[in-house]
Amino acid sequence: MLELSGLHKSFPGVRALSDVSLRLFPGEIHALMGQNGAGKSTLIKVLTGLYAPDAGTMTLQGRPIAPRGTEDAQRLGIRTVYQEVNLCPNLSVAENICAGRFPRRWGRIDWAAVRVEAKRALAQMDLDIDVGAPLSRYSLSVQQMVAIGRALRDPAQVLILDEPTSSLDDAAVQRLFTVLRRLREQGLAILFVTHFLDQTYAVADRITVMRNGQTEGEYLAQDLSRLALVNKMVGAPADQVPARLDSSAPIDGEPVLSARGLSRQGSLQPLDLSLRRGEVLGLAGLLGSGRTEAARLLFGADAPDQGQVEIGGRARRWHSPREAIAAGLAFCSEDRKHEGAILDLSVRDNILLALQARHGLRLVMSREQQNALAEDFIRRLGIKTASADTPIGQLSGGNQQKALLARWLATRPAVLILDEPTRGIDVRAKEDLMDQVRALAHGEAGMAIVFISSELREVLHCSDRVLVLRDRRAAGEYRCGELDERSVLEAIAADPAAAPAA
Amino acid sequence: MSTASAPQRAWNHPLARPLGALALLLALAALGVPGFLHLEIKDGHLYGNLVDILHRAAPLMLAALGMTLVIATRGIDVSVGAVVAIAGAVACQLVGTQGLALALSAALGAALLCGLWNGLLVAGLGLQPIIATLILMVAGRGLAQLLTDGQILTVYEPASFFWLGTGHLLGLPVSLFVVAAVAGGTALLMRRTALGLFIQSVGINPVAARLAGVRTAAIVCFVYLYCSLGAGLAGLMIASNIRSADANNAGLLLELDAILAVTLGGGQLSGGRFNLAGSLIGALIIQTLTSAIYALGVPPQVTMVVKALVVFAVCISQSPSWARHARRPA
Repeated sequence: MLELSGLHKSFPGVRALSDVSLRLFPGEIHALMGQNGAGKSTLIKVLTGLYAPDAGTMTLQGRPIAPRGTEDAQRLGIRTVYQEVNLCPNLSVAENICAGRFPRRWGRIDWAAVRVEAKRALAQMDLDIDVGAPLSRYSLSVQQMVAIGRALRDPAQVLILDEPTSSLDDAAVQRLFTVLRRLREQGLAILFVTHFLDQTYAVADRITVMRNGQTEGEYLAQDLSRLALVNKMVGAPADQVPARLDSSAPIDGEPVLSARGLSRQGSLQPLDLSLRRGEVLGLAGLLGSGRTEAARLLFGADAPDQGQVEIGGRARRWHSPREAIAAGLAFCSEDRKHEGAILDLSVRDNILLALQARHGLRLVMSREQQNALAEDFIRRLGIKTASADTPIGQLSGGNQQKALLARWLATRPAVLILDEPTRGIDVRAKEDLMDQVRALAHGEAGMAIVFISSELREVLHCSDRVLVLRDRRAAGEYRCGELDERSVLEAIAADPAAAPAA
Repeated sequence: MSTASAPQRAWNHPLARPLGALALLLALAALGVPGFLHLEIKDGHLYGNLVDILHRAAPLMLAALGMTLVIATRGIDVSVGAVVAIAGAVACQLVGTQGLALALSAALGAALLCGLWNGLLVAGLGLQPIIATLILMVAGRGLAQLLTDGQILTVYEPASFFWLGTGHLLGLPVSLFVVAAVAGGTALLMRRTALGLFIQSVGINPVAARLAGVRTAAIVCFVYLYCSLGAGLAGLMIASNIRSADANNAGLLLELDAILAVTLGGGQLSGGRFNLAGSLIGALIIQTLTSAIYALGVPPQVTMVVKALVVFAVCISQSPSWARHARRPA
C-alpha cells in the first residue's frame, strides 16, 4: 500500500533518519518500535508531510508521492492520530469530527448533515454515542476513538497512530484494539507506534524496528521473539561476546543512599534499592519502565506517595529537590533543554547555579573565583566553549551536558543521579562522559552514582551493579560477575503474563 | 559577531537604543523649543526642564525598577497604581495625628502587605500573574477610597511631609536622591548577592531552576514584595508632592507606564535577562516625551497620538524580526 525507501533526513548537526524504509500493507497492523530518539517521530512527520525528506522515495499504491504539509497527506488518504488527543473538549463530538471541513448548504453550516457525518464516521468503529454532547463528557478512550473517527471521516488508506495508548488504562486499550482489528478487516493499512511490548504482540501483524535513525529490520510479529525484539531495539548484536561487568567497587561498603518502598501512583510501583559509596548503579529498562520516575522520586523532583529515602542512615522524605541537594544528592535530568540548562545564561552561571542555590543569597565566591571555578571545569571536562561567558544555549548538546555535569560536580555531591546523560551527544563525547562517570565513582571522590541509559551497552559498560526495571517495578538485580547482556535483556523482555522473573 | 566594527558593537550594547532614543527626543525638543535644555540656578536650586523631567519621572522610575524584576520572572504586576493610592491614603490619614515616622512606616507596611498578597497568589497558589495582581488593582483602589471616605484627603502639616515630594537637597530635588538610592541599592543587591542570578534563572527556566535547588517560590514572592514597596514609595512621593491623597487618581495607570518603561528599556516580557538602567531610561523617555509635547505646545487632543507614535517607533527599533528585515538589504 504505502512504501518508503532510502529515506534520509538531517537537521543541523543531527542525522535524524538515514536510509529508512517502511512497507505498509492493506489489512495489516504494523508496529513501529524503537527507543527514544530512534527516529520514529521524525519518520511519522515525514509520512504526514510535516517534514520533507532530504532523499528517498515514497509511493502510495505504486504512485510516487511527496506530501507537502499535513493537508496534502490527508488528501492522499494518510491520516494521523497523535499521542495527545488533539480535540476541543468544550465542543460537541460532532463538531470535533467535522471541524475544519463542515458540510455546508447555501454558505451556512448544515448542522443536520454534521450530525449525520459524525454518526457515520463513528459507526465504522461500532461506536454509537450522542454526537451532540460535548466531548469532555466522554472518557479518554472514547475521545481517542473520536479522534480516529475524525481521521477516518473520508475514505482513508493509511492510518497512523502515534502512541495512542500511552494515556489509556488496560480496558481502554482493549477497546481500542478491538476497533483497530475491525478497521484492519476493512482493508486499512495501520501504523501503530508504541513502546509497549505486550501491546505490540497483542495487535501487530508486522513489526519494523528502528534504532539510531535507521531501520533495523522488518519482521512478522509471529517470527520475532520478545527477546530478539528488545535485542534489536537496544542494539545488542545477538552473536556478540556478552559484555561483563568489571567492577572495582567495594561489594560490602556502607550504603550511602537507600530507598524503601518508594512509590508514586501511576509512575512507580514500590521500589527498594540501595547504593554504596564508590559504586555505579545502572538502571536498565525500556522507555516507560520507571527508570526516570525512580530517579525523580529519589531526588524529590516528584513527591512519593509512599516510602522513604534513607541517606547517611537517616530516613528522609523530600519536599523539594532543595532538601535532597542539601543532603548531598545531585540529579542530571534527561530533559536537558527543559529541566537542565538555563539557556540564556552563561556557561559560568549555569555551572555555578546549584552550588550558589545551596548557599542561598550570600555569594559563595568572588567573580574571580567564579571564573576560576568555571574555567577549571571547562578544562577538566573538556567543555568546548568560546569562553565562560558564552550563553550555554550556543554550545552543542554534548558540551551542554558536560556543563550540567559540572554544575553538579561543583556541589561535591555524595550521590549523583544521571538520567540519560549520553542522549543526543556524539560517540566520542559519550565515551568521555562514561569514563568520567567511572572515574568519579572509583577515584578518590568515591561518589555513589546512579546511571540511567536506554543504551544497554552503556549501562553495562559503566555500572558495577545493574537494576532492571520493567513495567514500573524492579525486575531483577545483577551484580558484577553474574551479569551479561543476555540475562539483562531477558529480564527486560520477560513476558509479564508468564511467571514473574526472579 | 566578531567581525562587527566598533560602532556596530556599541549599537548592539543593550543600553544603546534606549539611550539613543532619549538623546534623539531631547535633541528634537531642543530644536523645537529653544532653551529646552537650559539649566539655571535660582535660590540655590537647579532649575530647568531636565531637572523637572527627572523629578516628575521619579515615581515612574521607582515603579519601573520593581516591574523590571517582576517581568524578569515572567510575571507582571498591574496593581502598582492601586498600591500607590493605598500608600498615599494611609500616609495622609495618619500623618496629621500620629506623626511622620509612623505614617511613613505604616504606608510602606501597607505596600509590603499588598506585595505579600500578590506574591502568595502567584507563587503560592500558582495564579496567572496578570489575574492575581488584577485582583489587587481593582480592590486596592477601592480600599484606598474607603480609607479616604472617597474624598481627597488634604494634608496641611507637618511641613516635613512635603519634603519628600517638593524638597531640595544640595540644590536638587529630594526625589532624585530617593530614586538614586533605591536604584543603587537594587543594583548592589543584584551584584553582591545571588539574587540576580536566581531571578534570571527562574525567569528563563523555572523548572530547571527548581531542580537546581533554587527557592523559586521565595524568589517570585520577593519580586512582588519589592515591586509593591517601590510602588508604596512612589505613592508617598506623589502624596507629598500634591499634599493630599487622591484615591481616585493617584498613580492611575502607573503600572502600564512602568511596563512600557521596562519594554522601552529593552526588557523582554517573556522574562529572563533584565536591565535596571534600561528601565530607568525607559521611564525618562516617557517623561521627556510628555514634557516635550507640552513645551512644544502640541494641542492636548493630539498628545496621546504623538506619544503612541514615538513609543511605537522605539518598540519597533528593538524588535528582533524588524532588525533582521532592516539588515537583509544591506
